Amino acid sequence: MTVTHETIGKGEVLLAVDQVSLSFGGIKAITDVSFDIRKGEIRAIIGPNGAGKTSMLNVINGFYHPQQGKITFKGQTRSKMRPSVAASQGIARTFQNVALFKGMSTLDNIMSGRTLKMNSHFFWQCFRHGPAMAEEIRHREFVEDIIDFLEIQAIRKVPVGKLPYGLQKRVELGRALAMEPDLLLLDEPMAGMNLEEKEDMSRFIIDVNTQYGTTIALIEHDMGVVMDLSDRVVVLEYGRKLADGTPDEVKADQNVIDAYLGVAH
Amino acid sequence: MFYRETGQFKTNYADDMAVFPILQDRIGIALILVVAFVVIPLAGSNFLLSSVMIPFLVFSLASIGLNILTGYTGLISLGTGAFMGVGAYACYKLTTLFPEVNIVVWIVASGFFSALVGVLFGLPSLRIKGFYLAVATLAAQFFLQWCFTRIPWLYNYNASGAIEVGQRTLFGINVTGAKASLEARYMVLLTIVTVLTWVASNIMHGRIGRSFMAVRDMDIAAELMGIDLLKTKLLAFAVSSFYAGVAGAAMMFLWYGGGEANDAFNINQSFLILFMVIIGGLGSMIGSFFGAAFISMLPTVLKFGLPALGIPLAGATAEHLTYILVGALIIFFLIVEPHGLARLWQIGKQKLRMWPFPY
Amino acid sequence: MPISAWHIEGMVMDILFKVLIDPFLQMGAMPDLFVQTIWDGFVTGVLYALIALGFVLIFKASGVFNFAQGIMVVFAALTLVGLYEMGLPAPLAVLVTLGVMFVLAVAIERVVLRPLVNQPDIILFMATFGITYFLIGLGELIFGGNPKQMITDQLYLPRGAIEVKMLGGFVQFQKIDIAAAVIAVVMIVALAVFFQKTRIGRALRAVADSHKAALSVGISLNQIWVIVWFTAGIVALVTGIMWGARSDVSFGLQVIALKALPVLILGGFTSVPGAIVGGLIIGIGEKLGEFYWGPLVGGGIESWLAYCIALGFLLFRPQGLFGDKIIERI
Repeated sequence: MTVTHETIGKGEVLLAVDQVSLSFGGIKAITDVSFDIRKGEIRAIIGPNGAGKTSMLNVINGFYHPQQGKITFKGQTRSKMRPSVAASQGIARTFQNVALFKGMSTLDNIMSGRTLKMNSHFFWQCFRHGPAMAEEIRHREFVEDIIDFLEIQAIRKVPVGKLPYGLQKRVELGRALAMEPDLLLLDEPMAGMNLEEKEDMSRFIIDVNTQYGTTIALIEHDMGVVMDLSDRVVVLEYGRKLADGTPDEVKADQNVIDAYLGVAH
Repeated sequence: MFYRETGQFKTNYADDMAVFPILQDRIGIALILVVAFVVIPLAGSNFLLSSVMIPFLVFSLASIGLNILTGYTGLISLGTGAFMGVGAYACYKLTTLFPEVNIVVWIVASGFFSALVGVLFGLPSLRIKGFYLAVATLAAQFFLQWCFTRIPWLYNYNASGAIEVGQRTLFGINVTGAKASLEARYMVLLTIVTVLTWVASNIMHGRIGRSFMAVRDMDIAAELMGIDLLKTKLLAFAVSSFYAGVAGAAMMFLWYGGGEANDAFNINQSFLILFMVIIGGLGSMIGSFFGAAFISMLPTVLKFGLPALGIPLAGATAEHLTYILVGALIIFFLIVEPHGLARLWQIGKQKLRMWPFPY
Repeated sequence: MPISAWHIEGMVMDILFKVLIDPFLQMGAMPDLFVQTIWDGFVTGVLYALIALGFVLIFKASGVFNFAQGIMVVFAALTLVGLYEMGLPAPLAVLVTLGVMFVLAVAIERVVLRPLVNQPDIILFMATFGITYFLIGLGELIFGGNPKQMITDQLYLPRGAIEVKMLGGFVQFQKIDIAAAVIAVVMIVALAVFFQKTRIGRALRAVADSHKAALSVGISLNQIWVIVWFTAGIVALVTGIMWGARSDVSFGLQVIALKALPVLILGGFTSVPGAIVGGLIIGIGEKLGEFYWGPLVGGGIESWLAYCIALGFLLFRPQGLFGDKIIERI
């Protein structure tokens, strides 16, 4: 029986990271880290700078291939995969430095997230009117729901290069959502935002989780956001796992307190 | 005052996604088509047709091809001239082997052969990027040029080594060869260019165009969307080379009426088309036309314009001045508006929207 | 006539023999010709390396891929010959040409580079295209399009050849070629020392890494760029003299400069020794290929062999032999 997203019940393990180690030449970015992400939860990955958080996401995504360890996603275990395969399996993500397509408008960027779902043949694309157009419109309707949800109607046609940073991050979220992912990886979605923007983004993240049922893994530095949003937290430091549990458990963990206060250990 | 969008509301997505959503733009395009299809052939002089319009159309087609590859997909190619040549020779062989089939069919079909060759030389693009890819396309350019002169089968073993264009007809009217009239050749070329431009525009406005631009802007993120990089890049090469091939076939059969590969499809041609695309505007359909118009008409303008202004000019000097001007203009545009004439046009339209108000 | 299996096998064996075995047999049969071919390739390689050197200088110091290097070589040579023909004695002509190259460097820096300071590389690359065409037009306008003779005697460059009896025959070494090799080596060593040991050399390397960072530590970008382009101009002049002495000075040379690109791919865009190694590999490889394998396909493969060699390398090592590995971070 093939394991699909639907066969995994809410609360069961969707993604498991098993003893993953990653190094670049002599630098060990991740050493023997294991944790899991349950379906329907919001999992935070936190830790000081250089702890290996983004590298961890990149490994899950398929950008980096770990030297050791395995990833199990939706019941399938593998040690390396290509990003496009990860995409087709239902993993989407946003980036620390916004990775939007700067030459295109907001609408086009989000529409590009629908690429995997669009497959009208090249032949019809040459004529546009006809099956290709019908498909465009169908997906446009879906994308408009996302635009509505993220409240970015006003900047639909604006080239994203011209948008302020906070809005760019929102568009990036929209593009990831357009992929209808089972697992959404967010890399510092609130970086560089003021309080109001952070509240907006938090609201979106919670809504994505409750409305669409998307499992979310996010890297974040703002402790308040992490404690409020997440169901469980994993703490990394210098590439190793320091703690793993609910926000309250992690907050009370002495190792974590030492790490953040800089106590040598 | 004239160029306003007020009152033009779109009530469905199809209208919103139209290529020319503003009514005035649609009227403008209709006017241009009327002038091109009706006014020019009837009223235009032979000089206009032969030295201005026909070269302009051929180069526009080639520019669209290169723009798709370099402007939309970000893959630098210095082999456009050679791909044009592939189209020309493919057409020549096809019409020699199957003279009963209409020449227009063969002109368009030769694009497929170019596309095939383009895909072959585009294969390295998965591993190689940027300047390095440009050098790989240089390999294509010089190798194919060598083929054109060293494979006698291509030019039917004839003594001159050149493509010879015989007489071919369409609906009973001569369209190629010595007896074909300028008007006939112009109309055939115009139709081909119009249809192919429409197709290119359709493709670029849809999902494929977005994939191309995604690969250009950030290919790592594009992969994450599920875009298969190799397939997308190869498709870009294929489509681009198709257009270059048809342009090359049209050049030989509808414009030159025969000729030698080394003059028409060499590295200088590749550079020329690249300049057209840069000056016209990377990533813009209309930019391809602007660039082609600019570069193809510049020598003519100099040859006849300068004497009109009282500056005497020998033939060769005009050519040298052209080089100087082209070089200076490229630098000028890159400093002032790296996005080319197309961006200036856009800015112009913006201002026109506001006119007579300043902002 | 039916083609039997034997027939096909015969054809295949024939082709394999012609391609894989026969050329080497030929090399062994006439070793003096082989050495001659290698020497010719070596000399061509040195000259390619000189052109590539100009590219490397500018790229290393300013991050700009100067497509106009080829035309600068031609322009320098044309200026030198033109000045001499106007009556200037040779040493003075050389000095004035250097002056012209200096003025050119300043002009390029002020008119082209300064306005484009922080633009992406591709824009700067295209700008050098513009410079190329501009200089072609200007050169043709001032000096005319006819090929010219380089003033070898007046520059005290040697003529004639040395014939060495070896390996059962004769191998000819043109004295001008030997001179070219020596001059090239001297220049390369000088440049390498300049980059590594002097203060200006360090500044050049800083600028290549990051314009903004270099500005913030007080390095004057404008000064550096003028120095770099002038140095490239000197290299261009020497290259032009050497090339012109062997054939003549014409605009066809500009297209030959395109051959420097495969050299740069092999040697890396930022490595001075790499330019030499790359040049030699391409030069010798080309000559051997043309002489021994060329006749099999009708000759003339020199026009594209270098690019295919480079392409082959790129597929296995996208950064060239000496280049830095490209690590993409997201």
